[in-house]
Amino acid sequence: MKVLEDAGRGTTNAFAYAGGVAELFADALRFIVGLRIRVGATVDQAYLLGVQSVSIVILTSLFTGMVFSLESAVQAVQYGVGNLVGGLVAFTAARELGPMLSAVVVAGRTGAAIAAELGSMVVTEQIEALQSLGLSPTRMLVVPRLLALLIMLPLLTVLADIISIIGGMWVAGIYAHISQESFITSARSAVPFEDVLKGLFKSAVFGVIIAIIGSYQGLRTRGGAAGVGKATTGAVVTSIILIFIFNFALSYVLFAH
Amino acid sequence: MALWARLDDVSVRYGPKIIVQNLSLDIVEGAITCIIGLSGAGKSTILRLLNGLKKPDSGRVFVQENDITEMRERDLIELRRTIGFAFQFSALFDSLTVGENVALPLREHSKMKDQEIRKLVSETLDSVGLAHVEERFPAELSGGMVKRAGFARAVITNPKAVLYDEPTTGLDPIITHVLTDTIVKLRERLNGTAVVISHDLESIYMMADYIAMLFEGAIVAYGTVDEIRRSPNPIVQQFLQGSEVGPIPI
Ligand SMILES: Nc1ncnc2c1ncn2[C@@H]1O[C@H](COP(=O)(O)OP(=O)(O)O)[C@@H](O)[C@H]1O
Ligand SMILES: [Mg+2]
Repeated sequence: MKVLEDAGRGTTNAFAYAGGVAELFADALRFIVGLRIRVGATVDQAYLLGVQSVSIVILTSLFTGMVFSLESAVQAVQYGVGNLVGGLVAFTAARELGPMLSAVVVAGRTGAAIAAELGSMVVTEQIEALQSLGLSPTRMLVVPRLLALLIMLPLLTVLADIISIIGGMWVAGIYAHISQESFITSARSAVPFEDVLKGLFKSAVFGVIIAIIGSYQGLRTRGGAAGVGKATTGAVVTSIILIFIFNFALSYVLFAH
Repeated sequence: MALWARLDDVSVRYGPKIIVQNLSLDIVEGAITCIIGLSGAGKSTILRLLNGLKKPDSGRVFVQENDITEMRERDLIELRRTIGFAFQFSALFDSLTVGENVALPLREHSKMKDQEIRKLVSETLDSVGLAHVEERFPAELSGGMVKRAGFARAVITNPKAVLYDEPTTGLDPIITHVLTDTIVKLRERLNGTAVVISHDLESIYMMADYIAMLFEGAIVAYGTVDEIRRSPNPIVQQFLQGSEVGPIPI
């Protein structure tokens, strides 16, 4: 009985959570559609949340591109299809690796930062202070972060795509003696530009997920410093899970015709 | 006596915990009303009811004759612009300088030019006894200065009423005196209403026109300073004397 009760409560909570997230998102959209956007704050956030993630996106995509190439290049050459490695790496990078890696990395770094910042603003009554001045926390805080990630995450993904392909090409050259020309030719023919755009569309969706979940978790923080910690962890865990789920759904819709 | 606001049979709970039960309270216009009561009694909750940050579970809240429990969020936002709120820990935005904090409501709500805003910010900071701190960040100020910066932000739009949550708690007696004096002066300057939560009896006797005592979710005493000081109510007397003996459980 206890199990059923817990499960029941869990389901109710999940619905309440989803409802709260949807409400926040709708509220943010209203301001965006009404063009009630704070441009300065958005640029600041784009810098803070996006530019500062550049180095870790470079590192993670470089090594992932390298290891992917390492595993596939040697085998491919053994089977006499070394000319396909470039295509394989580029194909995976544009469709899955680039969008997913940059999203997960940014969720860990930026989603956590958003939740922690808004959470501590709740705890120190700064959110209520905004409201008491007749200002909407959604417009002042959530919309700039949402737009910043919506723009920056696809850009970071372009970077991740390029870096993982370069890393892959380098390793393919060293370990399987696949020439750069052959790698690039293969990459070009395997990945239509449309696929790159679809990958970027996915990462725009992931950007929205990270910003909204981070903001929502931050804004519903209760109970002091410990609450901020919980909000931060919650933001990272929830957004990463949602990114995986949405990635599957979007890949299914976009790529599996 | 005209009223600025009226709480009518209001109840508030957090989960199963009843904080305020069937509470009624009048806030007289143009006066300073002090709310006293034990920590956790629900005093801050009452301030949040008065500007619609908190909706009561039952009962009505009237501000200038309007029932704000029925108001849509959009109208509440308009209403809040006419009510200053000085938070217990000031709640200055720590990513903004003091000057930007105080200027924020003007920048967002008025069409004033940058130069006019700067001038008004500096005048308002002067009026709360803070000069030349515009460029500093809240973290660089002392406790008393932060409180005053919070006052300045709350009053810069000339609100009809200002709500102060424990403006002097935790500060030394001299600053307490100065802040109390500031509250009185600001009320005169704005020609408005003030509601002040305080534990500081001396400062309450100095500024209050009316005192309301909150105990176990309801107002157990209400009156002028003299009336409250002479109240026969044992709860009030125990509280004012800070005595361990009496009806208030410790
Ligand atoms: N957001 C909240 N969630 C749950 N309980 C709360 C919340 N805000 C206040 N409370 C509880 O309500 C009671 C009254 O709080 P408050 O109005 O802040 O009291 P006071 O200002 O008189 O010290 C306290 O016991 C507090 O723990
Ligand atoms: Mg309080």
